[in-house]
Amino acid sequence: MADQLFNIAAVIMLISLVLAIVRLLIGPSVGDRAVALDAMTIISLSLIGWIALSTGRGIYMDVALVYGLISFVGIVAIARYLERGL
Amino acid sequence: MRNFKARVILLILTLCIWYLLTYPFDSQELIAGGITALVIILLPLPGIGILGDFRWTPKAFIFGFVYLFYFLWQLLKANIDVAFRVLHPKLPIEPGIVRVKTRLKTPLGRLLLANSITLTPGTITVESDGEDFYVHWIKVEGIHDKERTKKIVTGFEGFLEVICG
Amino acid sequence: MEILGGIFAIAGSVFLFLAALGLIRMPDMYDRMQAGTKATTLGTMLFLIGLAMAEPQWVGKSALLILFVIFSNPLSSHALARAAYHAGISLGERAACDELAGACEDEEETA
Repeated sequence: MADQLFNIAAVIMLISLVLAIVRLLIGPSVGDRAVALDAMTIISLSLIGWIALSTGRGIYMDVALVYGLISFVGIVAIARYLERGL
Repeated sequence: MRNFKARVILLILTLCIWYLLTYPFDSQELIAGGITALVIILLPLPGIGILGDFRWTPKAFIFGFVYLFYFLWQLLKANIDVAFRVLHPKLPIEPGIVRVKTRLKTPLGRLLLANSITLTPGTITVESDGEDFYVHWIKVEGIHDKERTKKIVTGFEGFLEVICG
Repeated sequence: MEILGGIFAIAGSVFLFLAALGLIRMPDMYDRMQAGTKATTLGTMLFLIGLAMAEPQWVGKSALLILFVIFSNPLSSHALARAAYHAGISLGERAACDELAGACEDEEETA
């Protein structure tokens, strides 16, 4: 029962990931694309948590943590690039 | 003194992070983490002084605890607000960037205030310049700076002034 | 307890979905950022709380992830908003005022 609830949650998150990818593709300015990428990394962080649950391996939680750290640094690097070039 | 306090707070922070990371504890990990944290705070760390802005008094701890719940409540309100605006067929928005002033003096207080503003209903901090914050507001209300300042920052400022001046 | 965790997870994923819907529906970049920052923060928080309820031995890592998301998400969105403003991305047609540029249309200079 609980597994099914988590699977439904994962399906909803996959749909929202697709919506964010649509914004990433059509976004008129580079800022829109960066915002979409930011949202996508957060959604996929939750999806990695779901993978950890469904496979029953705690090691994926560490993967999610490192993924979050790297995506934060990546977004800040993109922001700096937008502001004044590298 | 401020530097010493910052290092003690950093020690507590690193220990908390390590113990959360290795949650089902075992004694070897506890000891190794403690030694590593002690070594880390002895290193020369530039820019650590910002952590020394926390206050030690019991009042500050109580206010910090209450602030956490106030913040979570505001976050929930912000999300219901966003959900309402997204699902509304006409998109009731009227965005703009407004200037608000803060009374907080310390860098840490301003950092926490800017983060809190970003996560509360309809506002995102865009730029900060001394005591002025420039805030993107999804539905601009009020007419003068004072009115807007009251609506956006006063609730958090009361708590943060006690926690870290 | 596990069922309650599942309900939390579904609530979180609904907020994530609303964030993505906001990304599509909002008319200009800063409003998209409003939806994309707040709703994803609460959505991830709720999902991780649900995860910690379903698997109690991961509660430490979930708590760490929640703290990290609360701190990093506003910071990265603030950096993006500032960069976008200085890169000259406009506020959109509906914008009422822009005090960072020095002018505000609905505010009469009385004082």
